[in-house]
Amino acid sequence: MPDVRRAVIAEDSVLLRIGLVKVVEMAGFEVAAEAGDAQELLAAVEEHRPDLAVVDVRMPPGFTDEGVRAALSIRQKWPTTAVLMLSQYVEERYAADLLATNTSGVGYLLKQRVADVEEFIEALRRVANGGTALDPQVVAQLLVRRASDPLERLTARERDVLALMAEGRSNAGIAAQLVVSESAVAKHINNILAKLDLPKADADHRRVLAVLHFLGVGD
Amino acid sequence: MNIPPRLRRAVVRLRRDVLFIAAGVPLHLAPPLLFFWALTQLAGLLDGSSDAAPFVLPAPMTLLVIAGYGFTEAQRWRFRALCGVDLPRLRFGRTKRQFGYNWLVGPLLGVLEFLLLALVLVALTAALVLVWVWAAPWEWRLAHRGFTTTASYLTVLGLLALTAVPTLAAGLVRLENLVGRAVLGVSRSDELAQRVEDLTESRAGAVDAADAERRRIERDLHDGAQQRLVSLALNLGLAKATLTDLPPEAQEVIDAAHREAKDAIEELNNLVRGLHPAVLDELGLDAALSGLAARAPLPVRLRVDLPADLPQRAAPAVEAVAYFVVSEALTNIAKHAREATRADVTVTRLGGILRVVIADDGVGGADPSKGSGLRGLAQRVGSVDGTFRMSSPVGGPTMMSVELPCPM
Repeated sequence: MPDVRRAVIAEDSVLLRIGLVKVVEMAGFEVAAEAGDAQELLAAVEEHRPDLAVVDVRMPPGFTDEGVRAALSIRQKWPTTAVLMLSQYVEERYAADLLATNTSGVGYLLKQRVADVEEFIEALRRVANGGTALDPQVVAQLLVRRASDPLERLTARERDVLALMAEGRSNAGIAAQLVVSESAVAKHINNILAKLDLPKADADHRRVLAVLHFLGVGD
Repeated sequence: MNIPPRLRRAVVRLRRDVLFIAAGVPLHLAPPLLFFWALTQLAGLLDGSSDAAPFVLPAPMTLLVIAGYGFTEAQRWRFRALCGVDLPRLRFGRTKRQFGYNWLVGPLLGVLEFLLLALVLVALTAALVLVWVWAAPWEWRLAHRGFTTTASYLTVLGLLALTAVPTLAAGLVRLENLVGRAVLGVSRSDELAQRVEDLTESRAGAVDAADAERRRIERDLHDGAQQRLVSLALNLGLAKATLTDLPPEAQEVIDAAHREAKDAIEELNNLVRGLHPAVLDELGLDAALSGLAARAPLPVRLRVDLPADLPQRAAPAVEAVAYFVVSEALTNIAKHAREATRADVTVTRLGGILRVVIADDGVGGADPSKGSGLRGLAQRVGSVDGTFRMSSPVGGPTMMSVELPCPM
């Protein structure tokens, strides 16, 4: 077994931080440091170089987007550290900023998703493995923004599949979510890629990239 | 000694009137004198006898302007202290009227006042002639025998004139009051304009205060109840995930509590967002509205066209109203417009107007005078001087158009 992966948690609410530590440990990470604000977070990442940083968007002193800015500089300075942002509300602009350069090892979830412990643990692992975890609401907002013509060619089911793709799910995950077979999902995806004039991609990750690019995030 | 109250009142009034008039003489006659002095100074400077002319030239004019305000203030004092009339302070822009009073109407009044005072003095002198005659040495009286009769006539005339003084004085004071109020005072339309200005200001204050309060509550809920609820849901989720060997009844209870906590988070989030979305302050209207559109239960097409080169964003209160309008409209559509399958939201900024148009393809028939939601919307729009229009013919479509002023 490889050495234990390490995580840093930044969350100003102490109560919630305790809970987060438990979940992150359940996911198999060692919590290297806990931070109460963006500066502590940056210092902790600098010191520990963790595999994963779990970051609250709204932190002291301004209680606005300190977490986003810290996350952006983490991604710039320490690209090997995956970042999962948590926010009371999902705001597409933050997601857009975060995803602008690189979509691997990034997550943006509503805070309340931590309550669904198993799914949250899955998202933590996915992000730490270089994948993506986007909240369905983020995807919905991005789709609103891009409610432009190519998307209207998609059927309702294809839209569902696209949304799940954008969240970072695998074919199997999408199939489980929609209660259809994996081959049906593959067919939908082929249709979507064809309708949206996107090249066929082999890896999950490239697929997400393509979707996000289409959503206007990667521009 | 017993003085009848009527007489006492008359005496008090007479004394007040005469004092008022006497004080008016220097105040009314000084401005023209000053004016002529300034003119002669100017003439002296302009005939080229002084090298300092270009530098000194403005001095008399400046003095005149300053003196004008000084005289106006003095008149206000005279009216207040001696006549009990409060002339409201004029705004700086009303210079023309002050000058009309000080340099044109005032001198005329001053002349009338002077004449009245002169009449009082002359009448007093005449009334007392008999006394002086009586007090004169008897040789003089012998030398002017017919004078006593003339003196008696003079005295009678003087007394008659004196009896007219209270009426004349009262008349002059009334005239002064009329003129003073008309020229220096505030006209009805000025008064109303001032009132509107005051009300607009106080209403803007109230709207801002309400906004600040909403923001404070939003912040309190975010830092307090929301974090606690998430933490609670998380712990219940942990219990659900780890306590797998519990009896099924206990697991069901945990499961139900977990669901409840998540629902409570959702509900509280919706409430807080309705109060004041933090994102509105941080990222602006565009981002906040896209959040709304994404959460709406029906497909929403959102177009926000805010020119990027605008010098500044709309006022926070205006943005908050725009957000509230879209939020309420989408809620209404989801709730009432059952046949609606989609909604269109368009936000544009045209110069000093922020225009929000919300349309749906439902069956129409919405009536702003019935639903309290629509009335509340119209009121909130009105609170920032916006206009609210709605067209919802039976059969649809429904269109709501809101225009909010945002001064550049």
